[in-house]
Amino acid sequence: MTEIVLNEALSEVSLLVVSAALAFLALSLVLFSFQLVKLNSDENLDNSEFSQVEKIGFVMLWISTIVLGVGVVLRGIAAGRVPWANMYEFSISGAFLILLVYLTALKIKDLRFIATFIAGFALITLFAAVSLFYVEVQTIMPALQSYWLVIHVVVAIMATGFFSVAAGLHLFYLLKASGKAERLFARFPDLKQLERVAYRFNVVGFVLWSFTLIAGAIWAERAWHRYWGWDTKEVWTFIIWVLYAGYLHAMATRGWNGKRAAWLGLIAFLSVIFNFTIVNLFFKGLHVYSGL
Amino acid sequence: MASSFLSKALFWPRWFWRQLTSMRNALLLLLLLAIAAVPGSVYPQRSADPNGVRVFYDNQPELAAVLDSLQLFDVYTSVWFSAIYILLFVSLVGCVLPRTKIHFRALLAKPVTTPQNLKRMPEHSEATGGPELVERAFQVLKKRGFRVEKQNNSVSAEKGYLKETGNLLFHYALVAVLIAIGLGGGYSFSGQRVLVEGDTFVNNLASYDSFSPGPLFSPGSLEPFRMTLDEFDVLYDLANRNNIGNPIDFVATVSTEIDGQASTTDIRVNYPLEAAGANVYLTGNGFAPVITVTDGQGDISFSGPVVFLPQDSNMTSLGVIKTPDSLPEQLGLIAFFYPTAEKLTTGAYTSIYPDPISPLMTMNVYTGDLGLDSGIPRNVFALDTTNMELVAGRNGPAPAIELEVGQSAELPNGLGQVRFDGLLRFASLDIAHNPGGIWVLLFALIALGSLALSLMVPRRRIWVRSNADGTIEFAALSKRDDPNLNAVLEDVVAEITAEEDK
Repeated sequence: MTEIVLNEALSEVSLLVVSAALAFLALSLVLFSFQLVKLNSDENLDNSEFSQVEKIGFVMLWISTIVLGVGVVLRGIAAGRVPWANMYEFSISGAFLILLVYLTALKIKDLRFIATFIAGFALITLFAAVSLFYVEVQTIMPALQSYWLVIHVVVAIMATGFFSVAAGLHLFYLLKASGKAERLFARFPDLKQLERVAYRFNVVGFVLWSFTLIAGAIWAERAWHRYWGWDTKEVWTFIIWVLYAGYLHAMATRGWNGKRAAWLGLIAFLSVIFNFTIVNLFFKGLHVYSGL
Repeated sequence: MASSFLSKALFWPRWFWRQLTSMRNALLLLLLLAIAAVPGSVYPQRSADPNGVRVFYDNQPELAAVLDSLQLFDVYTSVWFSAIYILLFVSLVGCVLPRTKIHFRALLAKPVTTPQNLKRMPEHSEATGGPELVERAFQVLKKRGFRVEKQNNSVSAEKGYLKETGNLLFHYALVAVLIAIGLGGGYSFSGQRVLVEGDTFVNNLASYDSFSPGPLFSPGSLEPFRMTLDEFDVLYDLANRNNIGNPIDFVATVSTEIDGQASTTDIRVNYPLEAAGANVYLTGNGFAPVITVTDGQGDISFSGPVVFLPQDSNMTSLGVIKTPDSLPEQLGLIAFFYPTAEKLTTGAYTSIYPDPISPLMTMNVYTGDLGLDSGIPRNVFALDTTNMELVAGRNGPAPAIELEVGQSAELPNGLGQVRFDGLLRFASLDIAHNPGGIWVLLFALIALGSLALSLMVPRRRIWVRSNADGTIEFAALSKRDDPNLNAVLEDVVAEITAEEDK
């Protein structure tokens, strides 16, 4: 492997750009929340079109996504490799992909109502990245020098993007089904539709997750001489796969779709978050790439 | 009489089988499997982290014994974990087999009879037009890949059999994955060997430092090959100030003789050597200083490279030399190696850089009984000093021995001499083979492909019927939620009626 010269000045610029994206994201979250408050207070407000507030909110969200994309690319250039080799980088790339998945989906389907959730979730991810997970650009350890890093990790992050949109839908499904804030939730799509859209996102996420599991096994065979060894990260990848498989079965089982399936989808997503945070930072294993 | 007895006797087994193969049960077993997998990430596992289990036993022996009796250090081979996944797979097969039969019939069957009341279908529309439109619908739907049948005044069409095919194939592929894992694991082996630069490995059981075969492995299946570690290099980051000393590459250059073919290749992390019947993986490395010990009578009692275990990221390394044949007394040396030594204010040394820039070795010298004559196997990396006396070292009667490469020093009390002849590196290698791997991959990829089919292909039925009153009805039904159904039907209707306009 040839020596890579890290560009630390550029990495500083990248951090600034990511922080700017964070600010735009916060702004859009405020606007989306404001829109929800308005919808809640005024029953006669027309919600079939983008309101002025929403429009500005989505412009902010787009700007945030593009700026974040620039920050991610700069980080990659500064490091001389793909920008997803430690937790800071997983987080910024992850937040970018989540936003991209959501904004793309929005072109196909009216998913405005989960904008607060998506913006909020991406905001938390980015905030954690900048404040908790930040590390300077580093040379990459030999164990990570493989093209599987590109494939295995990016697909895992993409799967997480799809799962998180679905999780937002599950959350709203459960809130709506609980009958609280009825006036507000009456504005949202009906339960059947929430369930259906969540299912579609989870389906794509599940296929991607299956792929990343297989890609990880191929890489593990190259790097650690066995394709599967119940390393803590492998255990949790398996648990998440089984939970989402359970969710898919629940959706096809009478009496288990609806609320129960939504809960299951949420629990599966919480496992994804657990796998990314707690397992990365506190569990002993071979996937020690948090960089912290 | 006999048959009624039989049916009574079979009531509970049948009931049990129905329960086991129900979807609800599959779901419960899946959730149970997920929960059962959790403890394996909380407690160290013998398969992944045997040392962790040992440490756990040392720290909390009572708790460890309890956990061990519940197989919590062997979760994934435990009785309870196995029971869950075996039940799950039995349930899977029991569910999928009858569905396969039904699906085969469906594949051979004609599309269903057009329902009486098409208005009840989720998608329905009407237009004016005669029976000729039914003929056209037949052509249009056929062109779109539907299976079509003309029935009197209507056409019944169905598409998307791949959905169920994919679903069934996915489940069978999972069974195949499980079988491949089981059989592959049975015939697999993995072994470890430490090679110092210049050492040669010959692939037979005696050459391994440790070896763990699967239950079906036979030693005769080891294919012969030779491999000499010519050189081991570590490349450190020198370009980036904050990363200086971080390794960026480990390269083991080996000469191999595989199937009579001699060649030279590199083994690196992520890039194993593909030898005959096994891959060779680089898993660790360190220093192996070459040391010669001459005893009090002037005879050489030890000479050669000694594998030192790295203790920190700057490669401070610890090695042990035992010379049972030394006279007048057995000698034991505990040696520290510092690739780039720096003296601390306390007088002790530390290494400040992992590459050997100013290498230094310090030694504590013990005399007495090494404990090797009792026949009890001893750890080569540890010195049992219970029956030994410290004769030189920190806090000893004489100062510790300090040697740079090429230097030698007299041992106190006329015990002899020790010499640091040179510095080599060693590589820890894993030699492993799992014949099931490629099959697991193959079936996993089949599972992935068929999963995508089963989740993404829609199963749709479309009917077109001309009525006596001069209207024509179009209707569509999907097996599951299908947000595009409406668009598809509109598209089909447009095409059928558009042709009429021409």
